Formats: sequence, structure tokens, C-alpha cells
Amino acid sequence: MMAANERVVMDAQAIERALTRVAHEVLEHNKGTEGLALVGIRSRGVHLAERLRDKIQGIEGVTVPTGIMDITLYRDDLSRSKQQPVVKGTQIPFAIEDKHVVLVDDVLYTGRTTRAALDALMDFGRPLQVQLVALIDRGHRELPIRADYVGKNLPTAITESVQVRLKESDGRDEVVIARAEER
Amino acid sequence: MNNDLLIRGGTVIDPASGMHAHRDVLVRDGKIAVVSEAIGDEGVRGATVIEAANCLVLPGLIDMHVHLREPGYEYKETIETGTRAAVAGGFTTVACMANTDPVNDSAAVTEYIRERAQAAGLARVYPIGAVSKDLKGEQLAEIGEMHCAGIVAVSDDGMPIMNGGLMRRALEYTAMFGLPVIVHEEDRSIAGDGVMNEGVESLRLGLKGVPAAAEEAMIARDLALLARTGGRLHIAHVSTAGAVELIRAAKDRQLPVTAEATPHHFTLTEAAVGAYNTHAKVNPPLRTRRDVEAVRRGLADGTIDVIASDHAPHHRDGKEVEFDRALNGVVGLETTLGLALRMAAEAKIPLDVVIAAMTVAPARILGLPLGTLGPGAAADITVADPTRRWTVQAARFHSKGRNTPFEGMELQGQAMATIVGGRIVWRTEST
Amino acid sequence: MPFTHRHMLGLEGVSKEDLLYLVDTAESFKEISERNIKKVPTLQGKTVVALFYEASTRTRTSFEIASKRMSADFVSLTSSTSSVTKGETLLDTARNLAAMRPDAIVIRHPASGAPHFLAARLECPIINAGDGAHEHPTQALLDLLTIRERKGRLTGLTVAIIGDILHSRVARSDAWALNALGASVRFVGPPTLLAPELRAWGDVTTDLHEGVRDADVIMMLRIQLERQGTNFFPTLDEYSRYFCLTEHAVARAKSDVIIMHPGPLNRGVEIASAVADGPYSVIMDQVTNGVAVRMAVLYLLVNRPRESDIETETAHAQIAAEDEATAPQLRRRVG
Repeated sequence: MMAANERVVMDAQAIERALTRVAHEVLEHNKGTEGLALVGIRSRGVHLAERLRDKIQGIEGVTVPTGIMDITLYRDDLSRSKQQPVVKGTQIPFAIEDKHVVLVDDVLYTGRTTRAALDALMDFGRPLQVQLVALIDRGHRELPIRADYVGKNLPTAITESVQVRLKESDGRDEVVIARAEER
Repeated sequence: MNNDLLIRGGTVIDPASGMHAHRDVLVRDGKIAVVSEAIGDEGVRGATVIEAANCLVLPGLIDMHVHLREPGYEYKETIETGTRAAVAGGFTTVACMANTDPVNDSAAVTEYIRERAQAAGLARVYPIGAVSKDLKGEQLAEIGEMHCAGIVAVSDDGMPIMNGGLMRRALEYTAMFGLPVIVHEEDRSIAGDGVMNEGVESLRLGLKGVPAAAEEAMIARDLALLARTGGRLHIAHVSTAGAVELIRAAKDRQLPVTAEATPHHFTLTEAAVGAYNTHAKVNPPLRTRRDVEAVRRGLADGTIDVIASDHAPHHRDGKEVEFDRALNGVVGLETTLGLALRMAAEAKIPLDVVIAAMTVAPARILGLPLGTLGPGAAADITVADPTRRWTVQAARFHSKGRNTPFEGMELQGQAMATIVGGRIVWRTEST
Repeated sequence: MPFTHRHMLGLEGVSKEDLLYLVDTAESFKEISERNIKKVPTLQGKTVVALFYEASTRTRTSFEIASKRMSADFVSLTSSTSSVTKGETLLDTARNLAAMRPDAIVIRHPASGAPHFLAARLECPIINAGDGAHEHPTQALLDLLTIRERKGRLTGLTVAIIGDILHSRVARSDAWALNALGASVRFVGPPTLLAPELRAWGDVTTDLHEGVRDADVIMMLRIQLERQGTNFFPTLDEYSRYFCLTEHAVARAKSDVIIMHPGPLNRGVEIASAVADGPYSVIMDQVTNGVAVRMAVLYLLVNRPRESDIETETAHAQIAAEDEATAPQLRRRVG
């Protein structure tokens, strides 16, 4: 259910089209699927990575190796949270040496999640190159991080929050912006 | 102002005479002069008056099991601080155990203790001499010599007398002096390294336990010896249902045995250890609900004659350690009266019975001319308010020892004035 | 469900939900030990102090590896080093440690209740690595993880715990946890090493073959060789004759039984070599899981914002606010 202070900025169709375009861009930039690997950042990044994998399968007929990354243990804000975030685990069932790893996240905001993901990735090995797919880039970077492929650029105020909802986890596809509640 | 003392308007309970009534008490020259209804103002002009309305007026309470720690352990308690704790708790007389340093196994130490008590000028102190030299449980101490110096009983308390042969000789020898042998019943070979009652709690806490049998086995042994030797046996700090049964059966057979129980043994169970609370570490240990009920019934039917605190003050260092290493013992002089009144109300035991256990009974066992308010008796009097509510706060104890398991407990009943030989040695502001 | 325990002193009273949360978290930490670079930066800059008053290489090493894989600094004070044997009281050791502000203390001590003693006096999380005969919570947690991995569940399993139950902290922790999770426990041993009160926690038997019949899990406890000669049993030979887990005995359990042992093994005393090394033994899994469990415990306990930190932050904020407010503004401040 959408709350009273939310508005939809991308509906299911828009998301679909953006992902299709991103899939093509990834293939174009990397000149095909050779050495390519996808790693989705938990939790919605994982669903997006899987969708990209399927789209690439559809376009090139090749299944790109896809992994799951849990960055909980690499966050820089753990002691500030009131409760421990649940650790679900990382699964990267392929060697990342000599791969062009494409990280996939739903929202790129401060850049700290991406920083954590890069650190985690390096603990698994030394990729040839790391690229970043973000479905939404909402600005307000706190670190020098940029996305290589963006589904939609969304200028936001810091008081607003951006929510990506996906069929796999939330029952439907949409991206909403919510204004912070008046206190 | 003369030396007369008038205690007016209270309820006198004197178990020795069976009196339980509104009476005024007049004290003259350190003795009870008159106990009668509404002593008028003439004839008592110049007397100090204690208004005792709503209070109980009792014979001065007697605690026959107290560790005063002096000589040798003055950092835990001194005779002065101990007797101050006594009078604050309403006790006019205490009998103190011999496990001092040096041990009280000689006339010299007995006399030392008496002198120090005299100097403090608070509660009367009657020393209990050791049964065996240095409490080693091997050789009889010079009991006759100590008797001349003023001991009122013998005991190796702190230590059990493991050697049955020595126990037998002690019972025989003390008969010559009419002294009771007060025994700490704990078969060490059964108790082992136990630090609390062996049962559900010790299993849960992973602590070694002392089974009830350790106490009962030794009681059975000593009752069998008593039947043979005669003499007088007094069993200290009875803690188990089995022990109470053994004593009841022995009394039914007319054996000369008496017994005492502590307030912690008629109030708390092994559950008080909780999360390793060292203030609940005592010897004998706190037992089960069933044992507590049996001790209460024992007090009610006379199987257990005396309530005695086993006041055992310790320095903080002795208790602020791992449970295994903590010293045994809790203080009791300042909480006994309140706990006794609470127990009497809960267990529906008549007040007279409970008061007798702290007055005429210990006096009789120790052969003291005390514990009664009859005319001509020494004016040892405790004025207590049975309605006064107070909370146990160890920090406010007069004893040096703060080791109590009752911290924070709300009690009802407290001494308002304590009089020894006609002198007011303790008084709260409101009297 | 937020995990709110400040310390890991024991599993008594820990809810089923919290136990499963601990086991789930431990499970997710396993993969770190399978990577090439077995490290995550989560506890970087944190100091874990191990206070081991009893010799124990394996548990201490397990905690050390767990700490280091979480990038924490690990400092070890064992009974063979300095003050612990010099007779310094636990109280003084606690005070000295507090002054060094560790982020966690792992303590193994021969006295039951020693971790509770520290927990009552120190700010940081205390992790019990074994106190007297009381509890050994991380051992029980790794046992749960191992059982669940092999059996897929914990509820409804029959677990036989065999050996010196009376003196075993492992038995107690496992009994609490297994009961909370709906497994049924059977205690097996000679009468001198049992207690009548165990019946509240499970079935009790002195017959090994009866004890292992149709068991899903058999947990062997170590017999302390020093107990010989203290009349709990006459000789190790006699103990072995009646309680050594042999292949013959194992045959009575379920065909997919798993055999566990907290280690170190006394081969031939409580467990036959053939069984310890046999196909049903999961003893090595237990060791692997031990590191994951300890990483999880450290993770869950160390990252809690300390009450004192919150207070400090609030105090700092207050001081800053007061600095900004000059005299006229102070007067205008609302009380």
C-alpha cells in the first residue's frame, strides 16, 4: 500500500525498460559477455542482478556468472545502529580473478554501500575491473563514487527517502519517493 | 532525676511467668522493682520515663550464638561494635563463640573477652569456650579453668567435632561443670568441598553441594553418644527437616538435648543464592522450602528451643570474590528481631513462643539468671515496636559486617529501647 | 527480532528465538572461513581480551581465530602469565581490565559464577568460555549448529549425553539449549556422576546401551583423568567397561546417528578410536563450527552501542549546546 506522502517515480514498465537498456549498455561497454560477472548487493540488488543476467541470456544466449554479496560486515556504521543488522551471507561461487565484475545495487546514494561492497569484493580476490549498475542514482554522494550504468537519475532532498520495490521481495515493481514525516 | 526508670503503657510479654498484658514496669537500682497496671505518678517522681504505648516490653533478648571476632579479627568486628549491633537489635545479652585468634581455649582469652565487653559497657557478653585445644578437634581444652573464668558453654563452632571419641569425652567431662556442649553438626567427609545445599540449585549453578545427610549423620551420632554419656548437648543452627525429626524423637525419649535455629534458616531457601550471591553463603547452607517449613514447625512445637543469629561478620574482601572462595556467614544481630516477628506472623506461631526462644530458653540453657521480668530480676529489658516498618540497609548497620542476604527487605518490628541492668544503652529518637 | 543480550554468560533462560538467531548468524559466518582471505573488517579497532584461568589451547585458539577473522585485536592472559597466578584477586583483575577498556572479555575460570562476577563489575560484554561446572555456552551453540546441519532440525530429536554429567558445564549448556528447542535429552553415566535432580531436564539412565537406543545424536563427555581415585568410579578401566562408546553400542542408535565430543578425546576411555574416527563422527565439524559460532557471538555482542557511549554522546551534545548559548541566550532558554 502506498502511504499518503509517497509518489511513484517509476512504474513497473519504466523499470523494465530501464533494465533492458542497462543490459544493452553493459554488453556494449564490455564488448560482449567474455569475462563478465554480475554481483548483486543484498538484498534488492540481488534480484536486479538476476534480472540483468536473464536479459543478457536473452540477448546473447550466454548465462553470465552471478553472485550474491552481503555487505553487513563491511559497513562503517555498525556501532551506531540500535540493533545488529542480520547477516545473511555472501555467495560468490566463481573466481573473480580476471573478471569484469559488475556490482548491482538498487539505489546509489551516499556511496558508502558501494565502498563496503568494493572492500568485500577485494577480500575475495583481484578482479580485472569493477563496474557499478544502480537502478536509481539519487545524488548526495559522501564518497568519490560514481555509477557506470544508471537506470534513472533522481534528484532528491536529503529529507526524502527513495524506496525501490520489486516483485520478488515486495510483490510489485515500483520506485517511490516519500517525503519525511512532519514532526 | 534519680536512677529509676519507668516504662509506661506497653504490652509486657514475659514467657517465664506466662504474662502477656498491658503493664507498666518500674526499674530501681538496676533491678525490676514493680510490674503492674498503670503505675501512677506518685512514687516515681524523678524517674526517666519511656513511653511504650503500642510497644512490646520484653525481657532483654539473648542471642546465644554470636561471633564477636575479637581477639584477632578486629577488622571484621570488635566486641565494642558487636555489642553495639546487639543493643541496636534489641539484644541485652550475647554469648560469643571461641573461634577467635587466639582461640578462646584458655582462661586468659576468656577473661580478655569479658574485660573488653565490660569496657564497651553495652550488651552483656558471656564467652563460650572451645571444646578442643585450638579447635583442632584432638585434645580437650582446659574447660575447668575456663569455667572458673566465666564461660557458659563449650563449643568448637566453626568446626565440627569429627572425632566421635572426642565428642564422647567432651559430653562426659563437661557434665562435671554443668556446661552444655554446643555442636556444629557437619560431617566434613560427606560435605566435601560443598558450598551450598546439594539439590536443584547447586545442580543448576554448577556448584558443589552439601547434602542434608552431612548434618543429619552427625546429629544421629551425637544423640547416640548422649544417650550413653548423659551431659547436655545443644545443637547449633539446625537447618534440615531430617535434623528436626531426629531432635524431636530424641526429646520424646527424654534425652538432654536442646537446639537452636537461625533467622536465615527459617526465612530463606537455597534459591537466595540466585546468581551467585555470596551474601547467601552460610554454613550450614540455606536449604529447601520443605526444610524451612520443618524448622518453623520445630520452633512452634518446642523441638527447637532457641532462635540464635549465628552473627558472623566478614570484611568485604571475604565476600567480594567468586562464590567458591567466599567465606561463610551472615550478620544477624540487627535483623533477628524483625525476622522473628515476621516469621511468627507468617507461620502463625504465638508471639510468646517466639519471644521465649530469645529470652527464657537461651537463659535456661546457659544457666543465666536472665530472660525474665519478674520482680527482683536484673533490669534487662527490650522495648520493641512490632508495628514499625523499616527496610534493611546494611550501610546503616552498627556492626562492621555488611554481609546480609536481607538487603532491601521490608521488615516490621524493631527495638526502640534496650536497657541493660537498668541503664538505657540504646534508644531511637522516638522513645 | 533484536538480540538484546549484553553478555554471553550461559544458555539458561535464553529463548528459543534467540538461540535460533545465534545459530543462524553463526551459519552465515561459516563462509568467511572458506574464503581465500579469511577476514572481514567488522571488529576492526576492537580489543578482545581472553582471560583463561584454566589451561585450554583449543577453546582459546578458537576464540583467537574468530576474533582475528573479524579484524579485532586479541590479547591473551593465561594462567601461566603474570598476575593470574600471582594471587591477584578476580576483583582486582577486573578493575585493572576495566581501566584498559576492552571491547569484550572472554573468560574461562574454574569457579562457577566467575563470568557473572565480572559482568556485575565491568562495562564491556563478557563471554563465558567455561566457568567451573556451570556453563559453556559457545560449545553448546556450536553443538546446535552441527546437529542442525546434519539433521536439518533440532525439535523432536533424541540426544544422549554420556559421561561425567555432574561436573560438566557442556552437559548443562546443551541441556538448556536442547530443551528450549524441543529436543529430548537423555543423561547417561554412573550413579556417582549423575544427580536425581537431572530428571527435571531429561531422562536418566546408568545403562549405556539403553541410553543410546534409537538416539539421533550421541554426545560424549570427557572423563577427567584426575577423577580417578576420588571415588566417583574405582578405575578408568571399570568406567570404560560400562561407559565407553564402542561400535557395538553405536549400533543400537538410529542408523543415521551422529557422534559428538567437545574434545579433547580420551581414546579408549570414553570413546573407542574406531567410533571417534568412524563415519558417524562429526567431531571435526564441531571444531569448524566453533570458530563460526564465536565469530557470531563476538559480532552480536561487541557492536552494541554501549550505554556509556550514548550517555557520553548526549553529554557532549549538551556541552556543545551550552557553549553556543551565550549569557543572554541562556536566559531565554526554555527549562
